[in-house]
Amino acid sequence: MTNRIKDAFDKKQKNLLNIYFTAGYPSLHDTVPLIKALSEAGADLIEIGMPFSDPLADGPVIQASSTVALANGMNLRVLFEQLKGIRESVPETPILLMGYLNPVMQFGVDNFCREAAAAGADGIILPDLPLDDYVAEYQDIFRRHNLRPVFLITPQTAPERIRRIDELTDSFLYLVSGPGTTGGANTQAEGVQEAYFQRIEAMNLRNPRLIGFGIGDKASFQNACQYAEGAIIGSALIRALEGVDDAPAAAKRFVSSVLA
Amino acid sequence: MKPTYQQPTERGYYGQFGGAFIPEMLYPNVEELRQQYLSIMAEPEFQQEYQQLLRDYVGRPTPLFEAKRLSAKYNTRIYLKREDLCHTGAHKVNNTVGQILLAKRLGKTRIIAETGAGQHGVATATVCALMGMECIVYMGEIDMERQKPNVYRMRLLGAEVRAAMSGSRTLKDATNEAIRDWISNPVDTHYIIGSVVGPHPYPDLVARLQAVISEEMRKQLLEKTGSELPQYVVACVGGGSNAAGAFYHFLEEPSVQLVAVEAAGHGVHSGHSAATSVLGTPGVIHGSRTLLMQDEDGQITEPYSISAGLDYPGIGPLHAFLADSKRARFISIEDEAALKAVAECSRLEGIIPALETAHALAALDQLGAGPDDVVVINLSGRGDKDLETYIKYADAIM
Repeated sequence: MTNRIKDAFDKKQKNLLNIYFTAGYPSLHDTVPLIKALSEAGADLIEIGMPFSDPLADGPVIQASSTVALANGMNLRVLFEQLKGIRESVPETPILLMGYLNPVMQFGVDNFCREAAAAGADGIILPDLPLDDYVAEYQDIFRRHNLRPVFLITPQTAPERIRRIDELTDSFLYLVSGPGTTGGANTQAEGVQEAYFQRIEAMNLRNPRLIGFGIGDKASFQNACQYAEGAIIGSALIRALEGVDDAPAAAKRFVSSVLA
Repeated sequence: MKPTYQQPTERGYYGQFGGAFIPEMLYPNVEELRQQYLSIMAEPEFQQEYQQLLRDYVGRPTPLFEAKRLSAKYNTRIYLKREDLCHTGAHKVNNTVGQILLAKRLGKTRIIAETGAGQHGVATATVCALMGMECIVYMGEIDMERQKPNVYRMRLLGAEVRAAMSGSRTLKDATNEAIRDWISNPVDTHYIIGSVVGPHPYPDLVARLQAVISEEMRKQLLEKTGSELPQYVVACVGGGSNAAGAFYHFLEEPSVQLVAVEAAGHGVHSGHSAATSVLGTPGVIHGSRTLLMQDEDGQITEPYSISAGLDYPGIGPLHAFLADSKRARFISIEDEAALKAVAECSRLEGIIPALETAHALAALDQLGAGPDDVVVINLSGRGDKDLETYIKYADAIM
């Protein structure tokens, strides 16, 4: 079955930019205008954060945006409602939903996948969903709705586990650049990081790779693109949206600065 | 493998509760621990060192004290398991002594921990000082304020106390921060979780390390009452480590009624409560599937209790299973009743209990125990750390 994520990587093999933002931030109704703005500005994939009260893998910037979004009234029902019709204005750009397991479980996995697919989503990232549980309880449902899972890989992930992850998905592999939560400074020594990226590249995996965590500007984006098909930026965009009157305009300026 | 109360499945499930719901960044650490904890703990050298530290450093066995004046008041036979007499003043040290030995064998050099009331933080700082390990303790900003003496104790012991500023700025948020620290330092760091919560194998690991409490209880009861088995074992539950330890060797003894006491705060349905077994529904928090307080969207609700150690929106998966299967009876106690129990235990027995423990004591009049019944209450910690709170409520409780 065709899927926009696959199409995006087939069409453009290098320098793909995946941009993350938190649904309902800075204000409740910024979600759809931000998707349009990011797509127009040249983002190749868009990752929409589903805010959660206790996000374990996120740093302070994304956590703070989630807190604001929740206070603004964002939840899964509101998000799916907002996304209705998004494919009329953004027909091709893949949309991924990123969040944590508990809100999805409470919504009901099947319900969640049906609504996500109906809203035009192509992929799902749930960092605290264990692989075994995915296989046992989620895989069939995801497939039925043509939603592609994305799994994280870190410098500590063992080779056989990377192979298993590569087998379990048909989208891309999310290479966490080094130890830390989202938005952290990249403190790994350059040589160590390079060796990690090269080690993964040498494995000749089925799926393309995007590097995330600690990527925030043109220089770090270009650097990451040397070692993978592209990169993911989240916290830096959230910072750029803080306190602005016109979030879509600020998002466009940000993406342009990365791609300039 | 069929789960029992004592033994979760290989993947850490007690019935539908447990498991390891963690981001990939933590997978290698948690997996390493899962693969090694049972074999390391079974090593004779580990056991020898652990038992020796429990005896000579912690001060075990702790006494089982017959509380005659409390017994007279409630017309039953009450025994207090004196975990308050452990070094550092609470049962928490049983676990930290075991985990620091485990961390050493795993080659870790840096220790992190979360703490609510500060008892686990102090117990962790203590064993880190003993072993010469770097120690960082995360504590909610509000808890740092209401448990000041323990903050100073940790600092005196050489630990760095870091304030958790997010959310309700209590135990839940301290736990989030500790997990994030672990994500950022996956190679050299061991996270000493202080309760029977978190991803597998922590709930089982901590329960096994606290099981020394009920192991001693059985021997002491035999000596004092002629039977190893009491009619009731009562313990307070936040995450539930002291209750897991007190229940452990009675879990498969159906004649023993296990009573878990939760903090009802201003009232179970007041919106200011931490009574998870009543208000909670199945969900995932801090790496395990358990009962937790949440709204209909799956956002975790801010709990409330006067006691920092019980101010947690979940319970350990073992306790969720005990509640779900009705193996344990859960009772909720409001702040005011806990404060009254502090005064009562202090006056009648000359023992000032911790606020957490006071919740267990306050459940005495709800047990329905008869004059010949033996009731064991796990006196999990001493009340020195709560003096400031007791002074604040002096008019009400004295």
